[in-house]
Amino acid sequence: MPNILDLRRRIRSVRNTRQITRAMKMVAGARLRRAQERILRARPYAGAIHHVLESVAARVDPTEQSAIPLLAVRDVRRVLLVLVTADRGLCGAFNSNLVRAAHSYLEQHSDVEVSMLAVGRKGYDHFRKRPVPMVGEYVNIFSKLEFSSAKAIADQIIELYSDAKVDAVDFIYNEFKSIMTQRVAVERYLPIPPVKAAEGQYLVDYIYEQPPAEIFASLLPRYVESQVFRALLESQAAELAAKTTAMDAATRNASEMIDSLTLYMNRVRQAAITKEIIEIVSGAAAQEE
Amino acid sequence: MAEQTTDRIHVELVTPDKLMLREDVLAVSLPGREGYLGILPGHAPLLTELKPGQLSYTDEAVSHYLFVSGGFAEVQPHRVTVLVEASERPEEIDVERAKRAQQRAEERLRKAGAGESEIDALRAQAALQRAMARLEVAERPKQEQA
Repeated sequence: MPNILDLRRRIRSVRNTRQITRAMKMVAGARLRRAQERILRARPYAGAIHHVLESVAARVDPTEQSAIPLLAVRDVRRVLLVLVTADRGLCGAFNSNLVRAAHSYLEQHSDVEVSMLAVGRKGYDHFRKRPVPMVGEYVNIFSKLEFSSAKAIADQIIELYSDAKVDAVDFIYNEFKSIMTQRVAVERYLPIPPVKAAEGQYLVDYIYEQPPAEIFASLLPRYVESQVFRALLESQAAELAAKTTAMDAATRNASEMIDSLTLYMNRVRQAAITKEIIEIVSGAAAQEE
Repeated sequence: MAEQTTDRIHVELVTPDKLMLREDVLAVSLPGREGYLGILPGHAPLLTELKPGQLSYTDEAVSHYLFVSGGFAEVQPHRVTVLVEASERPEEIDVERAKRAQQRAEERLRKAGAGESEIDALRAQAALQRAMARLEVAERPKQEQA
């Protein structure tokens, strides 16, 4: 039978753990709210770029468009996989879901050459020892996520694509749906899908300070940047949401554990007391005889 | 269509981080790639690239200045949408940092002159432009008080 002192010690340590998980849950919750706001704030920019892109697309004829490197569709022989994970753990199945998705992606694309670019420490740590060639890593960017990180990543994938070192760029990242649900998304970022030209009343006859094709060509990298930024923001929000739920579950488990340990401890204590009384009573009875 | 308030033009300045400005103003001036553009209500539709510089708008006879890095602007008769990577108000500009950036860029330009790659020179040039535009905007409020 375990002694009461040991049980008490265990209860205390579980209680400490609960305090930590509870604090982590609160912090993640607060940061999640900020991350969600940032997603909302990034929307006008992305929307406006898309809108301008559509209206310019109407003025650039398709043959000219396909000459732009970022729109050029080639036979896919080499792909770059950009895996966006978190920098830290303790967020439930968040990272393992992503890693699993990446493995099944590699299986599906075993007929082409796949190289990888890891965003986030967890994905990098997992894949750096594996046979997939790693062309770059961006770790520890999430604690203070800035647009410049997205820009650096976008610049690198644009360069790889324009130099025909890869024929397609796919992203695997966690999409933020709500606090309870995240979805692992696999999306093709390059080549950029053909931009539909705006029609009807939206077609404005602009004065172009620069030739439309030129504006179009310099808008596209900006578009890629904003897409990458969106993926990073979504991933961050999803990570924090996963962390909030994981830490909430951990806190609840700790509470349950404390309850059952306390119950057990009381039972043990009661048993000891009962035993003692029996001893005293039977001792007294023995003397009377 | 938006309501036809003919004496004002609606300006939206957006960066990837936030919506910097959304206001109806009397006039806007933009740092176009080929030079500054003054936009008044009823301007013909126009699309232009922007270089780093200062964006100013006039609101009830008061002028406001903002730093903008390169980007794009779409002008419609009653609406201007400005898309830039970064934008700051004068009071938000870190002057020390801009000065350091300017020095760094000048240093790199000198080195580039001594036969380094062309891309580095272009980057340094762009960095220099941004730093100088930031400093110019940061100096603005002081000039007005004087």
